[in-house]
Amino acid sequence: MTDTPNTSLAGQLAARFGDTLAITTVRNETVAELAAADLLAVAAALRDEPAFRFGELIDLCGIDYLGYGQVEWDTETVTGTGFSRGVEGQAQGRFDWAGRPRGERRPRRFAAVIQLLSIEHNRRLRLRVFCEDDSLPLVPSLTAVWPGVNWFEREAFDLYGIIFDGHPDLRRILTDYGFVGHPFRKDFPLIGNVEVRYDPEQKRVIYEPVSIEPRVLVPRTIRDDADLMQAKAEAADHWREN
Amino acid sequence: MQEIRNYTMNFGPQHPAAHGVLRLIMEMDGETIVRVDPHVGLLHRGTEKLAESKPFNQSIGYMDRLDYVSMMCNEHAYVRAIETLLGIEAPERAQYIRTMFDEITRILNHLMWIGSNALDLGAMAVILYAFREREELMDVYEAVSGARMHATYYRPGGVYRDLPDQMSKYRESPWHKGSDLKRINSWREGSMLDFLDAFTADFPSKVDEYEELLTTNRIWKQRTVGIGVVSPELAQQWGMTGAMLRGSGVEWDLRKKQPYAKYAEMDFDIPVGVNGDCYDRYLVRVEEMRQSNRIIRQCVEWLRANPGPVMVKNFKVAPPSRVEMKQDMEALIHHFKLFTEGYCVPAGETYCAVEAPKGEFGCYLVSDGANKPFRVHLRAPGFAHLSSMDTIVRGHMLADVVAMIGTYDLVFGEVDR
Repeated sequence: MTDTPNTSLAGQLAARFGDTLAITTVRNETVAELAAADLLAVAAALRDEPAFRFGELIDLCGIDYLGYGQVEWDTETVTGTGFSRGVEGQAQGRFDWAGRPRGERRPRRFAAVIQLLSIEHNRRLRLRVFCEDDSLPLVPSLTAVWPGVNWFEREAFDLYGIIFDGHPDLRRILTDYGFVGHPFRKDFPLIGNVEVRYDPEQKRVIYEPVSIEPRVLVPRTIRDDADLMQAKAEAADHWREN
Repeated sequence: MQEIRNYTMNFGPQHPAAHGVLRLIMEMDGETIVRVDPHVGLLHRGTEKLAESKPFNQSIGYMDRLDYVSMMCNEHAYVRAIETLLGIEAPERAQYIRTMFDEITRILNHLMWIGSNALDLGAMAVILYAFREREELMDVYEAVSGARMHATYYRPGGVYRDLPDQMSKYRESPWHKGSDLKRINSWREGSMLDFLDAFTADFPSKVDEYEELLTTNRIWKQRTVGIGVVSPELAQQWGMTGAMLRGSGVEWDLRKKQPYAKYAEMDFDIPVGVNGDCYDRYLVRVEEMRQSNRIIRQCVEWLRANPGPVMVKNFKVAPPSRVEMKQDMEALIHHFKLFTEGYCVPAGETYCAVEAPKGEFGCYLVSDGANKPFRVHLRAPGFAHLSSMDTIVRGHMLADVVAMIGTYDLVFGEVDR
């Protein structure tokens, strides 16, 4: 089925919600960005209105945009500092609890990403809600619209510290009882903070500061994807020759 | 009059019927469940965070360890997400191999499920039969990847290598020799496809054996019929997919509705249940094994007739062959770059889902253009299913909780991630 502006999901959403949603369609995946304040009304409409009927909430996850697009290895120009470039930096996995980056600010750092599925229309939609305040990321809870979102919101709270306003039971879910911090935030060390072992003398499980060193083998780089395009062209040539 | 109060019972995390490390805090009124609070996360390994610190290809092996009884389906979701962002497509033969192995994986998973679920509900024999066939399919995993379970076989751009010409054989031992050895090796004389041909010709009769043990078994029906009824509305509200949704009569299968790999070319049926109870879900899964068997046969037939490449010839993504690498300078550079730095994936985001044996297994991948993913989120079917536990088991008996855990087909590798 070919979609015209009237039948495509993006077109229908734009016609129904207007400026409330910022809609993009990439590779047939429709993404709608909206403000936290509009979320509940939009969600209820998406679930109930016959044009949408997104009866299933497939997934909700948190995301932390801190450090988005940052690299440890400059590939644009040649520098004089040589190969040590790769082992310095503050990227994921390179710092411990004491050396974690602090005070770094990024506008619109946290977001909740929601994947919806309409079984009736066989369509998917992705919603993204940015949290306005970094220090207290707040998103309204969708538990009243799709009860199945309960644990997904608990997970996003546990791992990212996003608070879902109106959630009936916002407890940690994946981390340990009594865990401190939100481990999937980009400024939380990959090696963690504490480790746990059984102490035969005290005859109980004890917590200690981690003993492992942070270590990352491969530096994070961003290359212009021109070489990828070139490789595609080469591959096409290769098929023609053979 | 004496006041009778509910009491709280702890179930697990070390309990044979918990299918791993599930802890349930149950509020009981006599033997009836009033409220249940599942505690998960005891197997949390931070897979998604680990993946953010590694080049894309190095995390494929982690995917096997999520749902560790349906390994290659997890890989498939992750690999498809990378391929979507890269804008590449695996060669046709690789797509058929993936389809075939997805179905082998589905049978592996359902065999594990039927065996352990029956064991939980008091039928000892089924697991022994199920593991007999599981072992044969494990050998197929081993033949293509060298590992019985954690295969890391799917790669962005195809599969790691083509199917082997020979199937491994049993060696002579004090327990297997002479005509006995010859009998157990009789399927293994030819290639892997010959072996699968023999296996799939025989497998429907094996499914009949399991059905004989269970389908009309009085105890089995007493434990499953009318237990854990999930209405179609409830299933959708709680984000259920896979057999949990189909058992309630909703005909929804990504292999049919949003086909990937070569499912559009396959001829197979989607079984659906009527009542949405544990028994219907059992029947759905048993029928799925038969349908998977059909798909494997179609793939085997196609793969026999159509040799070809199984990996894209794009050296930015897939390594050159060993021979090329030893002879060609450029190939050597490609190989070195690929295994040290990896490849950069264009900035963007995608959500790719596959119909894993347990339901919809999805991978939400965000790339900022680097050689490592910016965010990987894995949508595990078991996580959504288990969250509905409290709603479904209220009012059931304690023993039915075990039936419910079984019918969810839980594996904590994927629930806890």
